[in-house]
Amino acid sequence: MSERTVQLGSAAPGDVSRWRWAMADGVVLTGRALAHWVRQPAQVLVGLLFPVLLVVMFGYLLGGAMTVPGGGDYREFLLPGMFAMTMVFGVEATYAAVATDLARGVTDRFRSLPMASSAVLTGRAAADLLHAAVALAVMLACGWAVGWHPRAGLPAAAGAVGLLLLLRFALIWVGIHLALVLRRPESVVVLQILVWPLGFTSSAFVASESMPGWLGAVAGWNPLSATVTACRELFGNPGSGGGSFAAEHAVILAVAWPLLLVAVFLPLSVRRYRHLAG
Amino acid sequence: MIEADGLRRRFGATVALAGLDLRVPPGSVCGLLGANGAGKTTAVRILTTLLRADAGRARVAGFDVGRQPDRVRARIGLVGQHAAVDEVLSGRQNLVLFGRLHHLDAARARRVAAGLLDRFGLAEAADRPAGTYSGGMRRRLDLAAGLVHDPPVLFLDEPTTGLDPRARAEVWDYVRELSAAGTTVLLTTQYLEEADQLADRLAVVAAGRVVAAGTPDELKAALRGDRVDVALARAADLDAAARVAGAAAGAAAAVDAATLRVSVPVQDRVGALAAILPALADAGIAATDVVLRRPTLDEVFLRLTGAERGEVAA
Ligand SMILES: Nc1ncnc2c1ncn2[C@@H]1O[C@H](COP(=O)(O)OP(=O)(O)OP(=O)(O)O)[C@@H](O)[C@H]1O
Ligand SMILES: [Mg+2]
Repeated sequence: MSERTVQLGSAAPGDVSRWRWAMADGVVLTGRALAHWVRQPAQVLVGLLFPVLLVVMFGYLLGGAMTVPGGGDYREFLLPGMFAMTMVFGVEATYAAVATDLARGVTDRFRSLPMASSAVLTGRAAADLLHAAVALAVMLACGWAVGWHPRAGLPAAAGAVGLLLLLRFALIWVGIHLALVLRRPESVVVLQILVWPLGFTSSAFVASESMPGWLGAVAGWNPLSATVTACRELFGNPGSGGGSFAAEHAVILAVAWPLLLVAVFLPLSVRRYRHLAG
Repeated sequence: MIEADGLRRRFGATVALAGLDLRVPPGSVCGLLGANGAGKTTAVRILTTLLRADAGRARVAGFDVGRQPDRVRARIGLVGQHAAVDEVLSGRQNLVLFGRLHHLDAARARRVAAGLLDRFGLAEAADRPAGTYSGGMRRRLDLAAGLVHDPPVLFLDEPTTGLDPRARAEVWDYVRELSAAGTTVLLTTQYLEEADQLADRLAVVAAGRVVAAGTPDELKAALRGDRVDVALARAADLDAAARVAGAAAGAAAAVDAATLRVSVPVQDRVGALAAILPALADAGIAATDVVLRRPTLDEVFLRLTGAERGEVAA
């Protein structure tokens, strides 16, 4: 039986084939995530429609009482905030997926295979980014339906979409890292709660200028505010001015904050994953 | 095929492995027998590259588990203590997924998946989510997932724990089939009977090391086989009965005052009974019951771990 053949690409690990397999394994795992969505359409739909519900709640029920500094329609002001919140909600899905695989032993199964270990994380990141793109498309359509429009041209609008996906990309690594540390799928509840204070201490729902002094300062520097304010600017929506340093440099901050998060949490996640062997 | 030398591993203050040695020749079935917390899973996790050892060396299928984990992974199948399948995906999707991750091309992965689903009696449930499977079906799927690449070495961590007798017998049949086809198998179990049924060689693990190893028959002989229990009418007779029965059987008798019992290990079942009963009668000791029985797993562990402690102390 020792002469039984073992038919494997990894048996001849040149650098090129190593990369090729890492890519191929990542694609297989991204496909797995897509298969999950096909198998759980209701769950996916609820996830996609939740931010739409928020737009209705904030835009119509509470929106009448809201004023936008510098004037303008509240729904025009709100939508970029909701786009960013949609990206933030995604962190829950990332966390849940990674923690569930760990708890069920599926991650161990992957680790016992001769696959590229990076693929487990890159496959997750690619799948979640795809999901974010769909979620964002739904939200843009929803915005259009309630009268929101990008008013600063297509290139700027594309830039805003890019910034939103960059934020989601950064949060993917935060979610992966938290899951590798906490390991408990149930703890996703903590994230579901924590996204709200993060959202409300940003300029997503209310302009930071209209908040009490210290809270306004916190909100101004909240990474989420950077993306929200930059999107308002790039979409030509009201409420992007302000005069503070953070507001003046929103686009730069909306690039810098996510890059900083990636620079911290991507290596931490990779290290943590490797460290699963103790 | 599997060689481990002095494997050590601790988790904080807990010593999970305290120098485990193991040899499993190609094509054989080795049973790792041990109670809860003995270190079985830790040993399997190290041998399957999932966990690093603090010290010691291990080679599986000719490759060092620490230095060439990918080579090892390409040659092993693992069925963990808890079924590790994707519960959202169907059984078929699971097997295709793991086949693809073993770098089979798509068509081949589908073919292998279909073959395994048939072989493990899952063809009918193949396209249902694995989360809806019964415990036995999930185990079989788990086993199939460990076989997508036809590995020469298979690790099974408590493959039948939690299964009903029928599902257990099925798993046993699959293991026998694989072994007959030449697969080297390392399986862990808490059940002496299971080890006895499946394994060519046994290693009894206690407190993170192998305290006894050999064929099932060798081990049973080393444990001096059967025991005779004598239940007494009067507590006053306990010491005398232990002395007399021990002398008749040529071994030291254990006394259990709570149940008024004396228990003696015996080699020759019938001969020992024939010697003990008249000796007790001659001494005027009244017995209310006599039982000839095999040692329980508890006694096996107690004896082996007790002997181990004695050795350490000496
Ligand atoms: N990840 C871990 N962290 C902390 N302690 C651990 C860890 N894994 C195992 N242990 C400890 O190491 C010891 C050996 O555990 P192991 O799981 O190897 O035993 P086992 O023989 O498989 O037991 P069981 O029959 O219960 O599965 C136990 O005391 C256990 O508590
Ligand atoms: Mg165990």
